[in-house]
Amino acid sequence: MPPVAQEPLIQISDVTFAYDRRPILTGINMVIPKGKVVAIMGVSGSGKTTLLRLMSGVVKPTRGEVRVAGALVSELGRDSLYQMRRRMGMLFQFGALFTDLSVFDNVAFQMREHTELPERMIRDLVMMKLHAVGLRGAHRLMPSELSGGMARRVALARAIALDPMLMMYDEPFTGLDPISLGVIANLIRRLNDALGATSIVVTHDVQEALDIVDYVYYLSDGRMVAHGTPEDMRASTDPLVRQFVYGEPDGPVPFQYPARDFAQDLKLTH
Amino acid sequence: MFNRSATLSVRNIGHHAVDIVWRLGYASRFFALTVASSGATFRRLQLLIRELYFTGVLSLIIILVSGLFVGMVLGLQGYHTLQTYGSESALGVLVALSLVRELGPVVAALLFASRAGSAMTAEIGLMKATEQLAAMEMMAVDPIARVVAPRFWAGVISMPLLAALFSAMGIFGGYLVGVVLIGVDEGSFWSQMQAAVDFRNDIMNGVIKSFVFGVAVTWISLFEGYDATPTAEGVSGATTRTVVTSSLAILGLDFLLTSFMFRGL
Amino acid sequence: MERSTLDLWVGLFVCAGIGALLVLAMKVGNMTTGGIGGESYTVYANFDNIGGLKPRAAVKSAGVVVGRVTSLGFDNERFNARVVLSIDGAFKFPKDTTASILTSGLLGEQYIGLEAGGDPANLADGDSIKLTQSAVVLEKLISQFLYSKAAEGDTVKK
Repeated sequence: MPPVAQEPLIQISDVTFAYDRRPILTGINMVIPKGKVVAIMGVSGSGKTTLLRLMSGVVKPTRGEVRVAGALVSELGRDSLYQMRRRMGMLFQFGALFTDLSVFDNVAFQMREHTELPERMIRDLVMMKLHAVGLRGAHRLMPSELSGGMARRVALARAIALDPMLMMYDEPFTGLDPISLGVIANLIRRLNDALGATSIVVTHDVQEALDIVDYVYYLSDGRMVAHGTPEDMRASTDPLVRQFVYGEPDGPVPFQYPARDFAQDLKLTH
Repeated sequence: MFNRSATLSVRNIGHHAVDIVWRLGYASRFFALTVASSGATFRRLQLLIRELYFTGVLSLIIILVSGLFVGMVLGLQGYHTLQTYGSESALGVLVALSLVRELGPVVAALLFASRAGSAMTAEIGLMKATEQLAAMEMMAVDPIARVVAPRFWAGVISMPLLAALFSAMGIFGGYLVGVVLIGVDEGSFWSQMQAAVDFRNDIMNGVIKSFVFGVAVTWISLFEGYDATPTAEGVSGATTRTVVTSSLAILGLDFLLTSFMFRGL
Repeated sequence: MERSTLDLWVGLFVCAGIGALLVLAMKVGNMTTGGIGGESYTVYANFDNIGGLKPRAAVKSAGVVVGRVTSLGFDNERFNARVVLSIDGAFKFPKDTTASILTSGLLGEQYIGLEAGGDPANLADGDSIKLTQSAVVLEKLISQFLYSKAAEGDTVKK
């Protein structure tokens, strides 16, 4: 199943998750090998983000197990969970920069909270991280002065501040212009290879994602319906995958929200 | 038919009751967590100083100006009432006692709730809506220790200081109108005041009141922000609830505290 | 905002707040006679009627405040009121001092007035004042006045 037969960083076996009694994910099996960039795709509401939340230990699975670097996430206490998260970086949908801190302080946030590094060294480290995303010159700005694409890049610099082993991207392409989008997609790939990290990209922007990732998992209605390399996905004959990859308006995912008969709604018949 | 709607409304009442109890429990747990994770606030004073600036210093103007006006009105009204009984020399007592015992703590707390409390709710609600709190959680930093606790202590520390400033300013306002403008005898204004206002029974009780109000208002504001639905409507609704709930809490607590403190007087 | 200006403003705010509290305590309140600091001694006095006397009322001698009323109670053996006075240690009074309940102005607060006698020994902590004069009850005064007027009228008629 996985492209490389090496000890996986993340292993998800038969995971089911439900809010109250509403199922979000059912019987998910997933393996994410070290060093790869993996995309989790699917239409809105298919449970992609919930999968990320399971991996970072924000929520616990109703059934099944999630293992990150060998540790069972749902069994971790608060302290060991926090210990694990220090080695994870997450880029939120709209960046989630701290609005009361400058760009510099945002990137320095984790270093100041978790390390005793002297201020001089923090400054050098922050500048290096900002340089990596091309925004060294913007370190004095406040988040409100940044464009959407710049904010996303600053958030990326903040996420890699402590050189994480696992990077998670929650819809990193949403609401970006084509140039910023290309920049972010490029950065995701480059940073992953430079840091020797593993990346998970949750997205529904198919073309950009297919260009940069090594492997794709496709979710629909909380079930894993297809997975494979980007080439497999492009060549797939599965109607669900085809509709998604080529953006067809109608198909297995219907255009119409379930409703009564149209003629009946217009009171043409009884 | 009637039976069904009756069952339904009883069930509704039950639902609301369960809801309220659940929320109260959640709020208490939030309060306990805040107090328990206050260590960082006092280890890193810079965090506390920053919040003291936003809650305390930025509320100064409204507190000082309102205090002055409330005192001036007290001076004017008090003079006209006392004059009828020929005891305008007791004006100082009237102004000082009403401010120190009641108006100082209560009005300062009401102003504080609408100035600083609503700002706290909006800020934390917005941080939640823009996933800043979730981001912090993901960076292995506890948002309650880093964001909530410093604001809580800043509110608790600011409130008594603001109430004292309000009272002092109000007494000055009463003095301005009574002594400078109307011409009540300055000596009797101050000496009667000093004879009637007791440090422990009046001033300390006022400080205790404002401390309690500070805890209540900051707790409500922070909880409403933390518990807000993470949308624009959710945050604006939470801000409104902060002001309404805080005001009711202040007035209710004031009655309780007053009935305990001034029972024997 | 620069860190140093922030510190400055917060420092000013805290100082102003504490300053306001001190002003309230010193200028507005009577912290000096609040029983904090300064030694005081306790004496007892029994009155037939204390009128509207309240706890923490002033104890004055020659118009100067020398102490405060600590508490009021009813003496079950003598069937009158027992008043506990706390007097500032700086003031000494002879054993045969008279305590009377007086009113400041016609309708003002009631207080206890002390009038020194001639005994060479002074009141000590725990002593009782023997000579007391009860509060003047306005209704009694008025009825006395009316009766004496009526009596006068009778004598004139006769």
